[in-house]
Amino acid sequence: MPRRKGVLIMDEKTVRRALTRIAHEIIERNKGAENLGLIGIKTRGAYLAERLAKIIFEIEEVQVPLGFMDITLYRDDIQTKLDQPIVQKTEVMFDVADRIIILVDDVLFTGRTIRAALDQIIDFGRPKLIQLAVLVDRGHRELPIRADYIGKNIPTALNEQVVVKIQEVDGEDSVTIEKEKRK
Amino acid sequence: MKLKSRHLLGLEGISKEEIGLILDTAETFKEVLERPIKKVPTLRGVTVVNLFYEASTRTRISFELAEKRLSAELVNFSASTSSVKKGETLKDTVKNIEAMKIDMVVIRHQSSGTPYFLTQCLSSSIINAGDGAHEHPTQGLLDLFTLREKYKKIEGLRVVIVGDIKHSRVARSNIWGLKTMGASVAVCGPTTLMPYEIDKMGVEVYSNLGEALQGADVVNVLRIQLERQKGGLLPSLREYANEFGINSDRLKRLNPNFTIMHPGPINRGVEITPEVADGPYSVILDQVTNGVAIRMAVLYLLSGGEGKVE
Repeated sequence: MPRRKGVLIMDEKTVRRALTRIAHEIIERNKGAENLGLIGIKTRGAYLAERLAKIIFEIEEVQVPLGFMDITLYRDDIQTKLDQPIVQKTEVMFDVADRIIILVDDVLFTGRTIRAALDQIIDFGRPKLIQLAVLVDRGHRELPIRADYIGKNIPTALNEQVVVKIQEVDGEDSVTIEKEKRK
Repeated sequence: MKLKSRHLLGLEGISKEEIGLILDTAETFKEVLERPIKKVPTLRGVTVVNLFYEASTRTRISFELAEKRLSAELVNFSASTSSVKKGETLKDTVKNIEAMKIDMVVIRHQSSGTPYFLTQCLSSSIINAGDGAHEHPTQGLLDLFTLREKYKKIEGLRVVIVGDIKHSRVARSNIWGLKTMGASVAVCGPTTLMPYEIDKMGVEVYSNLGEALQGADVVNVLRIQLERQKGGLLPSLREYANEFGINSDRLKRLNPNFTIMHPGPINRGVEITPEVADGPYSVILDQVTNGVAIRMAVLYLLSGGEGKVE
């Protein structure tokens, strides 16, 4: 295995600041938090959505309904992959119809995950509008999709790997860039 | 984690991990079935043929719904209205169907081993929907799923399968699956309907229903297969109902929180009385609901990948 050298881009503090700023931006842009709904894309986006909901509650004292989504069943590469990805549960317990849905993910890359998530949300109902919040935008879009709220823009080369670690899953908050593509 | 084979021919030889994967995947699909739009685009462009050489209501509709809810293309075939009537052989029939570019075949056939035979002459994925007295793996899986849903785990349960074990593919798939998952299994039925050397599968064998039911958690009641009773193996249905029919009186021997299962269709008043079949401990209709989720999981896990797994 080639040795990977990681360059630390964000640590616990910067991740927290970015999320706090995004929460403020969400409230400002939507003039409050009354009609919002947060949907996190599994796995790491789900925890980020949970944290955003917490921060928004601290600021506005509004409990924003929270949902989690697994987009496996809506992927466009399901029949070309050798190994079927493990499907996780989707838990969107609130009605998305006429709500402002904030879709949350860790990294925005090709945009294909977001396309799948958009299709899935629309199958649940007709939201008033959908906005996208990501911790990292690393570029290289393959679809006409952009984020409304971005923690950090990180220009990358295609052979680089952006690794996001989240306390709840990986035991720490960090974003690093690694040179070698992970197998 | 993936399934080792690209076919599902039976539960014999399927590992605990693989069964676990199928059951976990089915849980996700069960959630899909509760959404306002009960459909996901996962198998868009995949063509499935449902090849039914034997009559079926549940299995066929269940597979059909599972395919539709995964957005697969499907074609239904029933032997009685096809060129099989003109004498076309099975091999010719499936070769011709495959020439029309299909990806998966779901087959039910009266002869044991037919799905295996298809794997030898086709390149599609084959799913066994019941072959003779051999196996009915998706029924076995949905029974496991239903039990896991109720008891949280299958390990340690005592399951009694009652009825015509000899002709029952449901019994065989259940025995393989339950044993793999760590349940203890007993079979009970008239000696004429008990296959030789069934004990070699690792089950207890009873010909007295009262003894078999003692201390059991689950009773899986098999249908008396009237279409397979030409040989005079039963004196009369009435005698069978008296000796082996499940009625409320017999439930007293079971453990508290017991479960009654039946793969359907039910012969009410023969192998099971209506009040038991419709009782609060009966999960017969849950089994049917779960069947769609299990079949979606199997179709999903067996699809995908141009490259051959293995």
